[in-house]
Amino acid sequence: MNIFNILEEIEKADPDFHDRINPRRAAIKNITNFGSKIAVTALPFAMRTIFQKAYGQTLPQSVTNILNFALKLEFLESAFYTQGLAAKSLVPTGGDTTAITTMSTQEKAHVVFLQTTLGSSAILQTTQGTNGTYDFTAGGLFPTVFTNYDTFLAVANGFEDTGVRAYKGQVPGLIGNQTVLTAALSIHSVEARHAATIRQLRSLRPAGPATIKPWITGANDTGNANLFNNYVGEDNVIQDNITITSLNALNGTVAVNTATEAFDEPLTLAQVLSLVAPFGVK
Amino acid sequence: MERRAFFKYAGAGVAILGLAGSSCKKSADNNPAKKSTIDVGSGDTGILNYAYALEQLEAAFYTQVIATPYTGITAAETAILTDIRDHEIAHRAFYKAALGSGALAALVTDFSQINFADRTNVLDAAKGFEDLGVAAYNGVAYLIQDAVNLTIAGKIVSVEARHSAAIRNLSTTGTASPFSTFADATVIQPSTLNNVANPYNGLEAWRLPSQVLPTVNQYITVNLTATKLP
Repeated sequence: MNIFNILEEIEKADPDFHDRINPRRAAIKNITNFGSKIAVTALPFAMRTIFQKAYGQTLPQSVTNILNFALKLEFLESAFYTQGLAAKSLVPTGGDTTAITTMSTQEKAHVVFLQTTLGSSAILQTTQGTNGTYDFTAGGLFPTVFTNYDTFLAVANGFEDTGVRAYKGQVPGLIGNQTVLTAALSIHSVEARHAATIRQLRSLRPAGPATIKPWITGANDTGNANLFNNYVGEDNVIQDNITITSLNALNGTVAVNTATEAFDEPLTLAQVLSLVAPFGVK
Repeated sequence: MERRAFFKYAGAGVAILGLAGSSCKKSADNNPAKKSTIDVGSGDTGILNYAYALEQLEAAFYTQVIATPYTGITAAETAILTDIRDHEIAHRAFYKAALGSGALAALVTDFSQINFADRTNVLDAAKGFEDLGVAAYNGVAYLIQDAVNLTIAGKIVSVEARHSAAIRNLSTTGTASPFSTFADATVIQPSTLNNVANPYNGLEAWRLPSQVLPTVNQYITVNLTATKLP
């Protein structure tokens, strides 16, 4: 019910927790006093402070940069779904609305998580687009993004797959960092769930790309030429110097499509930023 | 006590895996006391072997699913499940090749708990294996020391997450609530835990090897351990 329960829970998992925080007990006491007075919604901030006091964690600049990069993408996705759900007669009722609403809620949660983790180092949403407003037509590439549901799904498809690629590209920069790497991967796999679902929604559309699957086949398989660069390198079939198509499968060797589908590929920070710049990401 | 202990707490709010619910039906020859033990080893090799074991399990499962399709399987379901089978076989072959002489032996699976003729049973098991795989990769990644190995784990885990979502969306097709479970509270952390705001709201669950292997061991004929890993 309150923050003391959290501390008890931590102690169950980490019996040395109190020893660890003992030299700073006064600081923790202040937090707990604070916690008893504040709204529940503010607790993540208290949690962050406890984390830092207990483990002496400060985020290095390289990690801050990665998290702010992620935050920019989450701001973009969050605004996109919010606007899509608000657009009149865009998202059909039923499964489509259920799915898009779930994604919208989770992108918002990712924004909050990243803002909380970054604290005062977090970039402001108003630094993005024009005073915080994006151009989801990407300068006219997707003029019907909020009036034609198929266009909306195509853009969502691009955002989600690119989000997966973006997080994946930052993974080596977080090597060995239990807290931040685990968190980043635990957002990354949620984005992958979203991407697969957007692709399944598209496959059910009469005007959708006929062959699209929940996974990425070859390079740009979205049926939209404007997304070509979002899929550069997804047709890779060599992993760690092993040619996947030379490995044995049930009948013969692994097929090219299987080899590309079975491994999602990363993008660099610079590649991703150039892909989302037309929407207003800075 | 190490920092990872905190993470046991942090991930503890999410009750995952339909698989855990089927543990009551353990067959006699699957009794841990009677099984021989194999350890995955230490360091990156141990982690790769751990992943190799998970991929072996998944590949064998889907091979069986396609070999003996459940009653009423649709063309769309066959297409999805066949693709997943082929992905898991590719993952298994990759780890075997990458590990070379350090690879675990081929595991013998035991799926006697699963009724392959029943759609719900098969899709629930598939969902459980995929969710377990994602949580396992997410949970072990921080221990990987080599950047190439870490990137490969990242390349595979998102495909496993795609599998889970696809299966979950198949499961809800034709129900009153389509597309309602691809990222639900059985795998994604909820906004509150024990009535307080959950700072990990919206993040997927993660699991350490010691939390994953008991489930894996229900489906293989040896007792797999990871004594050098958390």
